[in-house]
Amino acid sequence: MDCISVDINHLKKGEVNLGTSIMAVQFEGGVVIGADSRTTTGSYIANRVTDKLTHVHDRIYCCRSGSAADTQAVADYVHYYLQTHTQSYGTPTVHDAACVFQKMCYENKDALSAGIIVAGWDKEVGPSVYNIPLGGGLFRQPWAIGGSGSTYVYGYCDATYREGWGREETVEFVKNTLALAMSRDGSSGGVIRMCVITEDSVERLFVPGDQLPRFWEGKEIIGAETGKQSVPAVVPMVVEA
Amino acid sequence: MVVENGGPILVAVVVHDRGIMYSYVFFPRLGLTRLEVARRWFSINSTLTMTSIGTGYDLSASTYSPDGRIFQVEYANKAVENSGTAIGLRVKDGVVLAVEKLVHSKLLVPGVNRRIHTVDKHIGLASAGLLADSRHLANRARDEAVNYRDLLHSPPTLKSVAERVGLYLQAYTLYSSVRPFGVSTILAGVDKTGPQLYVLEPSGVFFGYHGAAVGKGRQLAKTELEKLNLAELTTREAVMEAAKIIYLVHEDANEKEFELEMSWIGDETKGLHVPVPKDLLEEAERQAKAALENFD
Amino acid sequence: MDHFPTNWGRPRNDAFDAYGTYPIHQRPVNDTFTDGVQRTQHPIVTGTSVLAIKYKDGIMMAADNLASYGSLARFKDVQRLHPVGDHTVIGAGGDMSDFQYIQRLLDELVTDEFAAQDGHTLGPVEIHEYLSQVMYARRSKIDPLWNSLVIGGFKNGKSFLSYVDLLGTTYTASTIATGYGAYIAQPLLRTAVEGFEETLTEEQAFKILENSMRVLFYRDARSINKYQTATITEKGVTISESRHLETSWSFAEGIRGYGPQTQ
Repeated sequence: MDCISVDINHLKKGEVNLGTSIMAVQFEGGVVIGADSRTTTGSYIANRVTDKLTHVHDRIYCCRSGSAADTQAVADYVHYYLQTHTQSYGTPTVHDAACVFQKMCYENKDALSAGIIVAGWDKEVGPSVYNIPLGGGLFRQPWAIGGSGSTYVYGYCDATYREGWGREETVEFVKNTLALAMSRDGSSGGVIRMCVITEDSVERLFVPGDQLPRFWEGKEIIGAETGKQSVPAVVPMVVEA
Repeated sequence: MVVENGGPILVAVVVHDRGIMYSYVFFPRLGLTRLEVARRWFSINSTLTMTSIGTGYDLSASTYSPDGRIFQVEYANKAVENSGTAIGLRVKDGVVLAVEKLVHSKLLVPGVNRRIHTVDKHIGLASAGLLADSRHLANRARDEAVNYRDLLHSPPTLKSVAERVGLYLQAYTLYSSVRPFGVSTILAGVDKTGPQLYVLEPSGVFFGYHGAAVGKGRQLAKTELEKLNLAELTTREAVMEAAKIIYLVHEDANEKEFELEMSWIGDETKGLHVPVPKDLLEEAERQAKAALENFD
Repeated sequence: MDHFPTNWGRPRNDAFDAYGTYPIHQRPVNDTFTDGVQRTQHPIVTGTSVLAIKYKDGIMMAADNLASYGSLARFKDVQRLHPVGDHTVIGAGGDMSDFQYIQRLLDELVTDEFAAQDGHTLGPVEIHEYLSQVMYARRSKIDPLWNSLVIGGFKNGKSFLSYVDLLGTTYTASTIATGYGAYIAQPLLRTAVEGFEETLTEEQAFKILENSMRVLFYRDARSINKYQTATITEKGVTISESRHLETSWSFAEGIRGYGPQTQ
């Protein structure tokens, strides 16, 4: 559409950005959520060990991407809201939580830059994943990825994801996807944090930055022959005999 | 003291020993004037003593009697007792509402002044008491249902609506400037937790029931409801039983004419609160009349 | 050095009062430097065209299942045809979060009408009028709902097909196409439908829409080959399961180069 395009996602000067890779996948008995740990201001890494997996209720978490300040404020509000909700209606469903996030993101779309994935387990539907992208829409998905890093791994996810996985396969999927996203996206990196949310527990998983899954990274140095003493490939031309 | 030009000045408020409250006001043009504000209970008190009625404790919902009762709320219940019976049945796969609508004039168009309202797609409300109050309450319940939908994008549970309407009723038992609602309300519906039935009283309390009755014939209706195995009944069967009960309590009261008003919610209505279809209603009435003859 | 004291301490703008002609006390508060309130957003997660035509029994509509995020095909299982009451379907292109908001508005409206239990139900005409008022009111607040909507319905033996968009523009026609469809599918629909509204069968109507959806898939870079159709007739509303488009590409196998090249 032809229109004057205004970049509402533009961060304020000096604002801390969660240029991020986040992910949530549901499986038979629960959900696995995951995120990288990089927070940047411009190209400076303000925090290399950020926790972007945020608790909003006993069995409901969210993955935050966008402005750190905005998403923290929204998550804090939802956390508070769900506490009151629990008092009057009982334990909220993941859908309930997602609706509160959606309402905030939609009604304040001018002011917020927040892309949030809400995931968890509830008694009504079991595991579920909701994606709330920039404009404040609400989309339920079996798996969701988000943040700047996600754009590099849509193809990988489409090709890899299968229905009916168990917990371990799902954890591997999340770990590999995030590692791939982090390796291609300059705004993502650090460690991988994951959470497995089931009826019985919320379990934290951690992959240190030096133990990330590794994939094709190119040859060490293109054209170099390894294991041999390197000899100057180009001999200076003799100008005079 | 400086007063704006021409304005009256309130000088004093005095309660006279005869129980009349006066205010003394100074009007710049008229001089000091005495205005009667209110006649309170003290004057009546001298003639009626020792009974709770007439002691003055029943004049406001904001005043307790010495033994801890709120008479205005109890009077509201009296308004309910004057009304035709309303019943609700919560059964295996749905709920049924039935109302004995007393027709106070032969000139009335049939079907008007409905006492069963729809609150949300899946929630119905039947009431006994002042019809105008119940309409207002139904509107309030609708607003609460809409609010819930706005907030959580899903159909409200019966409990959440009952809670909110209960709070609203209760607020009208706190102030001297308002009167409590003269209605007992049956809220019925099918939500994510299954069929639900609640009764809300003028005091603001509410309870969940398998079978409920409010209004004039509630005692007999409750006795009849207790005879039914509600948990095993289908909604279709419940429609028949509800009609029988309404006809029975009407006969018992020996009242003027009435219209049977019924609605249901269940699998057969795809979870919607709708009036019982005409043919089924007629069948239920036929069976009810037949049962009455056998009963005699 | 700027010698005009009225310019001191202000950002420079040569286009505004270049010679500092305003006395300080008369300087307008709302000059070009005052920030306006930025309300008008822009669509983020978007749906593309909606197509709809009249036929013998009523209205048939079609829309694909894609919600794009810029050029990223982000959500591929989104339903863009939404039933409203028993006689109407609305189809939406444009911002999907705004469309979800509109769905909620309409659901509330239908529930209100249902709760009245007065024997009336909302038909397509009422829905159209309501939407046009909402859309125009929002554009007048300079805060539009960024959608183009198609309203199709059938009630009391009459079919109804209309369009409302983010500006509050409305019209009715026997063929409607939004977005890219307005350029590509509309001519096809007009040729196939105009003059035959009362004779086209359901099968024929479907073929017309299916073919237009295929052409759109070939030419609209924000479309996918997975779509749904809706029919609104005397019998009520039906929205189909997702369908897959049959497309043909084999003719391309023998193409070589971009000119005289042959191998």
